[in-house]
Amino acid sequence: MIQGITIPDFKLPGVIATIGAHLPQWPHSLALATALNAAAKVGLLPADSLERLAGRSFVVEVLDAGGVASFACRDGLFRPLLTVPQAPDLCFQANLSAFLQLLTRQEDPDTLFFKRELSITGDTELGLLVKNMLDAIEWPQLPQLSLFRR
Amino acid sequence: MAARKIPQLICPAGSLPALKAAVDHGADAVYLGYRNETNARNFAGLNFDQRAMVEGVRYAQTRHRQVLMAINTFAQPGRFADWQRAVDGAADLGVDAVILADVGLLDDSSRRHPDLRLHLSVQGSATNYEAINFAHREFGVRRAVLPRVLTLAQVETVVRNTPVEIEVFGFGSLCVMNEGRCWLSSYATGESPNTVGACSPAKFVQWQKSPDGMATRLNGILIDCFAAAEPAGYPTLCKGRFEVQGETYYALEEPTSLNVLEILPEIARIGVAAIKVEGRQRSPTYVAQVTRTLRAALDELARGEQRFSVRPAWQAELARLAEGSQVTLGAYSRPWR
Repeated sequence: MIQGITIPDFKLPGVIATIGAHLPQWPHSLALATALNAAAKVGLLPADSLERLAGRSFVVEVLDAGGVASFACRDGLFRPLLTVPQAPDLCFQANLSAFLQLLTRQEDPDTLFFKRELSITGDTELGLLVKNMLDAIEWPQLPQLSLFRR
Repeated sequence: MAARKIPQLICPAGSLPALKAAVDHGADAVYLGYRNETNARNFAGLNFDQRAMVEGVRYAQTRHRQVLMAINTFAQPGRFADWQRAVDGAADLGVDAVILADVGLLDDSSRRHPDLRLHLSVQGSATNYEAINFAHREFGVRRAVLPRVLTLAQVETVVRNTPVEIEVFGFGSLCVMNEGRCWLSSYATGESPNTVGACSPAKFVQWQKSPDGMATRLNGILIDCFAAAEPAGYPTLCKGRFEVQGETYYALEEPTSLNVLEILPEIARIGVAAIKVEGRQRSPTYVAQVTRTLRAALDELARGEQRFSVRPAWQAELARLAEGSQVTLGAYSRPWR
């Protein structure tokens, strides 16, 4: 867990998903692909696992925000996809709070999966690889955010 | 009153951050494995490469915690050298013990590394003191991890009749409780923990969403179908719901986690040396949450059995993390016997 930050369980109001779904989705894809490339560049993502993502397409859907990010991994780079693939190799779906809890290591992905708050469809082995890759990241110590402090 | 001797807390480490989480939250020892089929959690992206292994061993041992390396699958024909290499690597790293299951590997390791401490893995499936004493006599095994099939009284009988330290499971997903002898995964996929280091390997698993919920298939076999908000479990055959004589239910076992908090004082009293937490496949977050909770319980027990009571907050935390969101005492409690 990242010290001092607690993400509560919450669900965004339904209207946000309705609006979000009508907004262009490519900025999400671009932002996520950029962040992943940055993480890969500073060596946060293990090279041997990255190699196994080559040629695969991914969709990350934030259900209560109506946002979808899609990207593919090619030539060692994460590239945003301008249209969301109908049958990606891997698709993660969850509400925003679950994604934030995952990213801050407040919640375990299997726990969220058992509770049906995180859905993983597509190539299960690829999903396991990505999950374990994220778990193995040694996040640099982040400065404490007083806003979220317990 | 002198503090009671309490069991060691042994926690899972599937990655370096998980190892650090275990150490930071009070594990006495961590167990881990290489990134290959020499251990029973051979999952994509999980486990330690050499660099992470070196750092992990250093991190734990400089904090006076032990590192146990699981090399607990069965050497496959013609490839014995792969398993030997893993044991050699563990010895070179200076781990505190290796956890082995294969009798051939136990024999070989006891000869080639006489100073290396050997533990008998749960996959070795030794459920009685004769089997454990055999491993002690022949290979010098110092500790045995008991399969989750024995009642507390049976565990006590084992402890009383062997010089070998006894380790039992304290928390984590239950399997069909026939460790080391289960071939259900092989029946469905041709691969099992003993042979490739994974039960129900992910490449055979499919989660299919439909308007009714989520269906789980293992190599095409429908295992379960979960309604929208129904708690889910791991995609193993033993935890599937099957139609038996017109009724569909968990015919073999429900998705659930073992939790021994309630009987912790009894476990300590009968002389169990160590309590193991299952879950190398789970995240650093889970490891931190479970380790912290069991550490608090064991520390309270160390202050005196009379004062020990299971805090609702501990139970709530563990139940939340459990597979299927439910816990059980498993085989430890068999009131009908």
